[in-house]
Amino acid sequence: MNLTLKIWRQKNAKAKGGFVTYKMENVSPAMSFLEMLDALNEKLAKENRDPVAFDHDCREGICGSCGMYINGHPHGPVPAITTCHLPMRYFSDGDTIRVEPWRAKAFPVVKDLIVDRSAFDKIQCEGGFISLDTGSAPDAGSIPVRKRDADTSFDAAICIGCGACVAACKNASAMLFVSARISQYALLPQGRTEARERAGAMVAGMDEAGFGSCSNTGACEAECPKEIKLTNIARLNREYYKAY
Amino acid sequence: MKKLDSKIPDGPLAQKWTKYKASSRLISPANKRKLEIIIVGTGLSGASAASALGEQGYSVSSFCYQDSPRRAHSVAAQGGINAAKNYRNDGDSVYRLFTDMIKGGDFRSREANVYRAAEVSNQVIDHFTAIGVPFARDYGGTPETRSFGGVQVSRTFYAKGQTGQQCLLGSYSSLNRQIKKGNVKMFPRREMLDLVLVDGKARGIITRNLITGEIERHGAHAVVLATGGYGTIYYLSTLAVNSNASAALKAFKKGAFFANPAFIQIHPTCIPQLNEFQKKLTLMSESLRNDGRVWVPLKKDDKRQPGDIPEGERDYFLERRYPAFGNLVPRDVASRAVKERCDAGYGVGEAKLAVYLDFRDAIEKQGRKAIEDKYANLFRMYETITGSDPYKEPMSIYPAGHYTMGGLWVDYELMTTIPGLYAIGESNFSDHGANRLGAGSLMQAAGDGYFILPNTINNYLADEIQRPKTSTDTPEFEEAERAVTERINKLMSIRGKQTVTSFHRRLGKIMWDHVGIIRNGKGLEKALEMLEELEDEFWKDLNVTGSTDELNQELEKAGRLADFFELARLMVADALNRRESCGAHFREEYQTPDGEALRNDEEFAHVAVWEYAGKNKAALLHRELLIFKELEMNVRSYV
Amino acid sequence: MNKILFSSVSMKFVMALAGIFLLLFLPVHLAINLMLLKNDPEPFNSAAAFMSSFPVIKVIEVVLFAALLIHLFYGIYLQIKNLLARPVRYAVNTRTKVSFFSKFMIWTGLSILIFLVLHFFNFYFIKLGLVPGNPEDFYSHAHALFKIPAYNYIYLGCFILLGLHLFHAFSSAFQTLGLNHRIWTPVVKVLARIWAIGIPAGFALISLTLWVSR
Repeated sequence: MNLTLKIWRQKNAKAKGGFVTYKMENVSPAMSFLEMLDALNEKLAKENRDPVAFDHDCREGICGSCGMYINGHPHGPVPAITTCHLPMRYFSDGDTIRVEPWRAKAFPVVKDLIVDRSAFDKIQCEGGFISLDTGSAPDAGSIPVRKRDADTSFDAAICIGCGACVAACKNASAMLFVSARISQYALLPQGRTEARERAGAMVAGMDEAGFGSCSNTGACEAECPKEIKLTNIARLNREYYKAY
Repeated sequence: MKKLDSKIPDGPLAQKWTKYKASSRLISPANKRKLEIIIVGTGLSGASAASALGEQGYSVSSFCYQDSPRRAHSVAAQGGINAAKNYRNDGDSVYRLFTDMIKGGDFRSREANVYRAAEVSNQVIDHFTAIGVPFARDYGGTPETRSFGGVQVSRTFYAKGQTGQQCLLGSYSSLNRQIKKGNVKMFPRREMLDLVLVDGKARGIITRNLITGEIERHGAHAVVLATGGYGTIYYLSTLAVNSNASAALKAFKKGAFFANPAFIQIHPTCIPQLNEFQKKLTLMSESLRNDGRVWVPLKKDDKRQPGDIPEGERDYFLERRYPAFGNLVPRDVASRAVKERCDAGYGVGEAKLAVYLDFRDAIEKQGRKAIEDKYANLFRMYETITGSDPYKEPMSIYPAGHYTMGGLWVDYELMTTIPGLYAIGESNFSDHGANRLGAGSLMQAAGDGYFILPNTINNYLADEIQRPKTSTDTPEFEEAERAVTERINKLMSIRGKQTVTSFHRRLGKIMWDHVGIIRNGKGLEKALEMLEELEDEFWKDLNVTGSTDELNQELEKAGRLADFFELARLMVADALNRRESCGAHFREEYQTPDGEALRNDEEFAHVAVWEYAGKNKAALLHRELLIFKELEMNVRSYV
Repeated sequence: MNKILFSSVSMKFVMALAGIFLLLFLPVHLAINLMLLKNDPEPFNSAAAFMSSFPVIKVIEVVLFAALLIHLFYGIYLQIKNLLARPVRYAVNTRTKVSFFSKFMIWTGLSILIFLVLHFFNFYFIKLGLVPGNPEDFYSHAHALFKIPAYNYIYLGCFILLGLHLFHAFSSAFQTLGLNHRIWTPVVKVLARIWAIGIPAGFALISLTLWVSR
């Protein structure tokens, strides 16, 4: 199929950016969106033009590197997948596709479609862990965890930190991301000991980074490639109030 | 010429590690603060080492090329992590895990190291559980396990099909805790471009800031490489597309020996290539072989849909050839069997380069719900990529490059032949011999990082406590930086016509065709010629767009590819030299009449260790003889 | 301390509490207003008199105003912060499917505020003596107002907006308070619908009846 791409190009963090139009011909429906961009980049490189910069690594939907805002959707129009998995068969011949970087104050653009998501790491550093030194763990079998709790904890823990929730939220809020980590630990007996400190510290970190607040619109849940649930946000709120 | 000293402690096998720890040197907390350690890579081994060393009070600097340490490719490991807990009461023990690993590695690994890896596996599981890794649980609340390829016990702990992600995020969380405490300083989006030696000891690294293009110097008392494997040498592999061998290769060129470079595992169950621009082959976890049955049609060129082929006309070739292990044979065996069927013309799909992995019987027997519980995310991933529903139709799978058993040579302390330079996780050669068993990589990486390195590095650093901080204003750093800048400029100045990716694709094809699942002397020699030509062409006709002082992904790729060329030659040399078949290394000339690997223990029961001899010179071969005191070297059989 | 009291989560918590208080006030107000449908002015006027004289109600009135102001100012403050959290907007508007009502809370809220100002001038300020009128007979006053078509348009319009606001507000408040449960949350969602449709419908019924009947 033939496509028209309008891609946000921005030389660096300080430069002024804008959309550049590219025509792509003979795109195979079996390609992923990133492979389509690879093909574009190879074409650009051959013509000695600067290829489009975008973050990507594992190409199997788990590292969380990739992510772009495609026609009004983080990770494109197909639910529950990352951009690297987005198959081109979901687009039709003649489509115009607009590609933008994540937009948020806390995620400044680095180049083209690459943004700086280090704010996520900073939030995690505030308390996204269980304080336990190597060597002091009891036997793995000695801490029973109710199956339902373990499963719910896992469902939250699979967040890949891609930032789609922030990108989707009208307030650029990171609540879904933060709540996923808080839920993972809050649901496990190992994590209960410092659950209160964790919630307080991570929320403070989130506010400091410049993310917005939660309006419960559910856009994050709708666009999350790992289908992290809004109930995690309710749990975050609960954990936070319990802290004080 | 350096002598290889593996520094294996004396005493009975089961006592070696305990004895080592009891007698290794200690450093007081006050002195640890003054000691600086650089760790390159933030995968499972790197992140866990950084956090464990940070906890001890060392000043750690941690580097990764990704935007966040959480993205390292350990994140993609799916099936599980082994531990000899014997929670199932099925006869498992540290000794059994050790035996399985030695046997699985086809008697090409060191007994002492493997035993230790098995020994710390239990601590690893305890630690991960305690730091909140949500492993699967039974209704009684205890951890669940499953069985994995190549073993007959159920010792694999898992978190659905995302065990690697969960373990890595566990290590990432403990790393974050140390960053917050100020014990670890994190340097993301940095690529290590050289190792700096001062007086023969590893003292620092040169990095490129991938955003600004700035070349930076970092000094330390010791350097740890946790930079993973080099499977992307095949271009298409199960690895992250940016995974690379540059750090290990730089260390090699500075004097670290490289062991068994040709030992590279081809994973049997990956989604076959679907289009020419594909950059990556997605792995379908080995755990699927617990319930999936592998088959091809009995008739050649059978054009029928898989569902229309009656039971009697299917060839369940793994069950046929290996009745004892059936579909659960180790990866190397399965990969070769798949290739054998496809080469013989029985493959399915358009290119005839695939076999079926069928869940029909499992769904019938256990119900769809049970299968969903175990594999829902994998099935969904398969459907997203291929558009076909594995609940209804069998999966199509084909082998792809996956894990490198080879790597930097290390002694018992995980130190390379350069004093003060350590290699951990997949980047060393240590524990998997000629083939790694499923769910062993997470186990080894976390064991190295959390429990082994933090107990061995002190033995070296104890002599360094008097040494002040490493200054980066020295001729050694200056020279290293100059060389790095020079090479970058050289890459930028070729200004030819071909793109980096096109060269990588061609390199990958040569390597896959001749140094892949099956190798032979002629093919390897041909590969050597082709590699030389291609490398020549690369340095004459490459085009790298953009400039050096900005984020330039083409330049990053070019540098990595240039290093792959050098490694490729080393791989071929090693494959040529090893005139036997063992584990994942299968030389056509050396096989039994039934087509099984034929080992040659008399000549090749050793680690092939390569020393860099200079530009355009053949690397020098050293041998570390493998002596098996505990186990008898028998024929590895899964029949 | 400030970090805790004025964190985004705490501010939302306070907003949700205030909101729930306002939600509870609505049926009370509606119940009194329904007396306007009677031909006899007495019940309505005495209820109005009771509301403005009973001491407990006086206290609740203070709380009610505090709730209103907090809900209002926190809402505006957070909205400004949220807008600042995305200084560069997307070129393509979002196509994410979200509940229609959740997107316009600030606008529906502010429209209701405009109505409230009007409402204060018409009734509350008369009671306080700030605006001329007879606080003893709100019944006739209300009946007179509902004769003005423009007043009815504004009144009906505002209650539709209130309904839209409530549709999201009700269950959202529970989510913000962390009150989430696999059994009770669906019940809350049903209650939210009843509130969001029932209350505006009740007020609209009064307006329409009085308007049409005279």
